[in-house]
Amino acid sequence: MRGRPWALLLLAAVLAAAAAAADIPEADRRSGYELMSPELRAMQDDELSNPGMFSVLDGERLWQEPGGAAGTACAGCHGDAEESMRGVAARYPAFDAALGRPIDLAGRISQCRTERQEAEPLPRESEALLALSAFVAHQSRGLPIDPPDDPRLQPFRARGAELYQTPIGQLDLACASCHDDNWGRRLGGSTIPQAHPTGYPLYRLEWQALGSLQRRLRNCMIGVRATPFDFGAPELIELELHLMARAAGMAMETPAIRP
Amino acid sequence: MPSEPTPRLAYDRPPLDEVIRAFTNGMAVRTGKVTLDLSPLVENGNAVPVKVTVESPMTEADHVRRIALFNERNPQPDIAVFHLFPGAGRAEVATRMRLATSQKVAAVAEMADGGFWMAEASVVVTLAACIEDLI
Amino acid sequence: MRTLINVPKTANKGEIVEIRAMIAHPMETGYRTGENGVPIPRRIIHRFTCSFAGREIFAADLFPAMSANPFLAFTTIATQSGSFTFTWTDEDGTTQSAAAEITVT
Ligand code: HEC
Ligand code: HEC
Repeated sequence: MRGRPWALLLLAAVLAAAAAAADIPEADRRSGYELMSPELRAMQDDELSNPGMFSVLDGERLWQEPGGAAGTACAGCHGDAEESMRGVAARYPAFDAALGRPIDLAGRISQCRTERQEAEPLPRESEALLALSAFVAHQSRGLPIDPPDDPRLQPFRARGAELYQTPIGQLDLACASCHDDNWGRRLGGSTIPQAHPTGYPLYRLEWQALGSLQRRLRNCMIGVRATPFDFGAPELIELELHLMARAAGMAMETPAIRP
Repeated sequence: MPSEPTPRLAYDRPPLDEVIRAFTNGMAVRTGKVTLDLSPLVENGNAVPVKVTVESPMTEADHVRRIALFNERNPQPDIAVFHLFPGAGRAEVATRMRLATSQKVAAVAEMADGGFWMAEASVVVTLAACIEDLI
Repeated sequence: MRTLINVPKTANKGEIVEIRAMIAHPMETGYRTGENGVPIPRRIIHRFTCSFAGREIFAADLFPAMSANPFLAFTTIATQSGSFTFTWTDEDGTTQSAAAEITVT
């Protein structure tokens, strides 16, 4: 299925006409889940018919597998993920003191792999990294998003908020033009959601696969004809910090289903 | 005036009624007994939930043998053929299918007595807005 | 091999139980292209069967219009305790199987 530029161009005019965004009031916040049909919600809710669970199960297997020169499994250091990883994904990205900047969950997992397991790095968006991320994030399913109150994150979060408001691409649209000012309206065939990062990594029917939040953000950038930031780029992590702050208190859904 | 031949759909696949006729071997198909549960509007055609239920006691003497699902406008008309047996309790099958575009879907049931029953439903398939293969 | 099977662990004799089976599989149509426009080869599961105590209770012929990670739900009457066997067969002949137990009282 190729792009449908007419839909986007048509809407660019309409959307840009709307005045600069006010934040969505807390009472009006809706996960993308709530905008889906009952059929897709059922697909997400029932873990035995949710295709995202295949990655979670893969991740569970990888968690147990001794890896790298150290020959230690994730479980060897972290034990039972149900306990040690509970709530962890809900408070990422977190500040990494050694790097002097925020790191997202996939970045933290990669770090453990290369530095602690002394294993080959897992590329962003590889099946194995997605599976481990999904498995770890699944331990937070149902828990509220809980962004850390770490002052060192503040400048990065502020930069994410600014990016979110900045018009980009040939269509000259900001994230906020769609997700704050026009959520619930239709763009082409899809309903514009509020851009809450509650479900990642998630199974997107369009991808027919599990994908990360960064992949989703890159899709939106390509959608407005902007050059997307590279996977792992600091800007994507800053955007994630902002999105997580906007969604504070909302329930984690990993692995969610989205159209 | 001779009538124009009906133009073939894209991909030159056979039209839906022809596909159904091939499945029933030309036997008559009645509308009824079959319920096709399908949302009239789906958000993405890559995994469209569908449920087919046929009125049948599912006994040795009176049961559904096969249920076929066909589409009208995919490159190929077949979706699935389900084989059912007495003792199933209900003649009910659910699955997820791909629909390339808005179109009709048909479910045709073959009964133990050799009769055919069917139901049709129309689906509007919306397309995802922000996808990655634009370039 | 990755499958998700949903069969009730227990049932009363004569009860109608719902069985759901899903397998991780791309159901690649052969029409898609991957990176650099290279066609992704066709890869399709074309047959699914479910047996109970060695007897087939449900089967399906599947085509490329089935979604990726094909999902099937159907019913059967619980008659006795035993094991359901699920088999998925690819067009190239590869098969994958899974099993699930039920206790019928
Ligand atoms: C040799 C021991 C060791 C191994 C093996 C290891 N880790 Fe870690 N991991 C740690 C330590 C120690 C920390 C804490 C680091 C810190 O707090 O800064 C940590 C932190 C983490 C965190 C962040 C936890 C938090 O509360 O923020 C995650 C997620 C994680 N590891 C996942 C993994 C995964 C997935 C694997 C396997 C691929 C793995 N780890 C393998 C030792 C290990
Ligand atoms: C032209 C309007 C538009 C713009 C601009 C846009 N998006 Fe989106 N976004 C969408 C639509 C539409 C969807 C839902 C996709 C679908 O279902 O096809 C979406 C989905 C999302 C989601 C997924 C939400 C969920 O429930 O999983 C996130 C997160 C997101 N966008 C973030 C962003 C960010 C960050 C930006 C700015 C870099 C942005 N978007 C720019 C239209 C837009």
